[in-house]
Amino acid sequence: MTTFRPKFSPSRRTLLKGTGAMFAGLTLLPRFSLAEEEKKLNLYNWDTYIGETTLADFTAATGVEAKMDLFADNDELFAKLKGGNPGYDVIVPTNDMLERMIKANMVMPLDHAKIPNMANIDKPFQDAAFDPGRKHSIPYMWGTLGVGYRKSKVEGGVVDSWKILLDSDKYAGRLSLLGDAQNVIGVALKYLGHSFNSVDAAELKKAEDLLIAQKKYVKVFADDNGQDLLASGEVDVCQEWNGDIIQVMAEDEDIAYAVPTEGSLVWQDTMAIPTGAPHPENAHAFLNFVLDAKAGAHIADTIKFATANAGAKAIMDKSYTENTSIFPPAEIVAKCEPGLYLGEEATKVRDEIWTRVQAA
Amino acid sequence: MDNWKDNRSVFWTLAGPGTFWLLVFFILPLGFLFVMSFSDKAIINGEVSITEYDYLTGISNYIRSVDTLYLTIIWKSIWVSALATVLCLLTAYPIAFGICFASEKWKPLLLLLVVLPFWINLLIRTYALIAVFRSQGYVNLALGAVGLGPYDMLYNNFAVIFGLVYVYMPFMVLPLYATIERLDKSYLEASLDLGASQFTTFLKVTIPLTMPGIITGVILVFIPCLGSFLTPDLLGGANAIMIGNVIERQFKAANDWPFGAALSFMLMYATFAALMLRAFLAKRSAGVDV
Repeated sequence: MTTFRPKFSPSRRTLLKGTGAMFAGLTLLPRFSLAEEEKKLNLYNWDTYIGETTLADFTAATGVEAKMDLFADNDELFAKLKGGNPGYDVIVPTNDMLERMIKANMVMPLDHAKIPNMANIDKPFQDAAFDPGRKHSIPYMWGTLGVGYRKSKVEGGVVDSWKILLDSDKYAGRLSLLGDAQNVIGVALKYLGHSFNSVDAAELKKAEDLLIAQKKYVKVFADDNGQDLLASGEVDVCQEWNGDIIQVMAEDEDIAYAVPTEGSLVWQDTMAIPTGAPHPENAHAFLNFVLDAKAGAHIADTIKFATANAGAKAIMDKSYTENTSIFPPAEIVAKCEPGLYLGEEATKVRDEIWTRVQAA
Repeated sequence: MDNWKDNRSVFWTLAGPGTFWLLVFFILPLGFLFVMSFSDKAIINGEVSITEYDYLTGISNYIRSVDTLYLTIIWKSIWVSALATVLCLLTAYPIAFGICFASEKWKPLLLLLVVLPFWINLLIRTYALIAVFRSQGYVNLALGAVGLGPYDMLYNNFAVIFGLVYVYMPFMVLPLYATIERLDKSYLEASLDLGASQFTTFLKVTIPLTMPGIITGVILVFIPCLGSFLTPDLLGGANAIMIGNVIERQFKAANDWPFGAALSFMLMYATFAALMLRAFLAKRSAGVDV
């Protein structure tokens, strides 16, 4: 759902839609499993979403050779695994996609005995509504959806409401929203005081009307490059993931990130083992390795997302642990909701709303 | 030429690979999509399944796809594609003509320049366009140097059409080049000798004689334009949605393959209808056209 990008990249994730698929397609992976598992592991991950040396460290620690393929978004991950696992051992779905995959029996139950480092998981993440008892997943990184903005261009230099993006013509033509149904409709619902995950027809209708009315002031529905539009001055206010904005904040002091007071989405990326994984033993070993304090700290240090690994957080620098863009204040997080998998029918309803909004 | 029946083994050796390719990589996937378009997601234990389908359940997807919402988007896509195709033709024609009348020394180089963009992935070329057209892009920098702008050139319909013309131009230039190259120049001379103006000659001789190239080019550009989703996605604004985007979404985010398949076939039927209309018109104007 989010990536942490190095500077010049126009949008590496979108780029990967092509190249990632190509590499994954080219990788011919063995499907048989031997009594003694061969020393291999195939990770399917987001781009720039693992520690610089994590894979090499894992190989050094266990002797298992780790390879990584990249996907660009949850939908690509799902589409790739839908027709059967092409040979991946560990995948990194976001919580609502994980929930969908659990329902479709696309991920394996974990053997907790093989992951002793689960003790390192931060309290709030030890259990999860989308995966009761953490039977299928470990938490990896988490974050929020919010507003990225250029301080010098917005009145007062502070943004605290979705109103600026969803219900105001003040910054007409200087706004960008995300390009997907769930998150745009979700925050519209949130702004109107409803649940991010509402399936109520009347509430959804109000959200649709709000978005259609606001659309003429929106410059673009940016797939996942809102931060680039903001950084290059194309827009002044955008809806984006915290990690993406933090990245451009590092280069431009005029850019800031806020989670509106109406609340927002709090997401969690997880690691799971897809059904049919050729090396489940190695996969468990990898999950255990990621939850190790030192390995986890190295990952967090590279990608600068909020880690769910308490052991790692404990040994991290204050510049990371006290950064409110990475770890927003608890009272704001309390107002945020996790995105839920709402079922195929509700997905269809939202998709039609989204088509109507875009076509209006 | 020999009858193929006299040389069956040769015939099958030569036809085999092509037939195999067509069957495995074209007919089978297309057939699968065709079946899918008449199917529905399975209902298991009262819930709509995420991965399972009930095959050949009816035409509900087609009924859904003729909703005004989708017809409007299809209609808009046809317009955008038609406009892009016409602009492609208007720019490609002089280019093809120029190449044909260039000296033999330059021809290969000019043709290479037309084909060169194919060496670079479509996505990367589109990103390059973003760098050229954005508010702080090269065009605005240049305009700014002479005290103009900056203009908003990205994220609107202009950008989408420009992007389509840019990407599909070679598909128009190459067939045009092929026909203009074969054009017998003595016809042009005859026309001029007999007193027709340059303009009349172009209109009454050159265009009819190069019509096959024009038609091939139009088909080669219009059809991929109609299904494009990357260009409107990256260059378009809040209104840029084309039917290709809706179809892409059905196969990914919305996870509704049956509906996506039905929309794809709707688009294909529309294309076939256009081609048949062309064949019909060609028959009526018998002769000039090919």
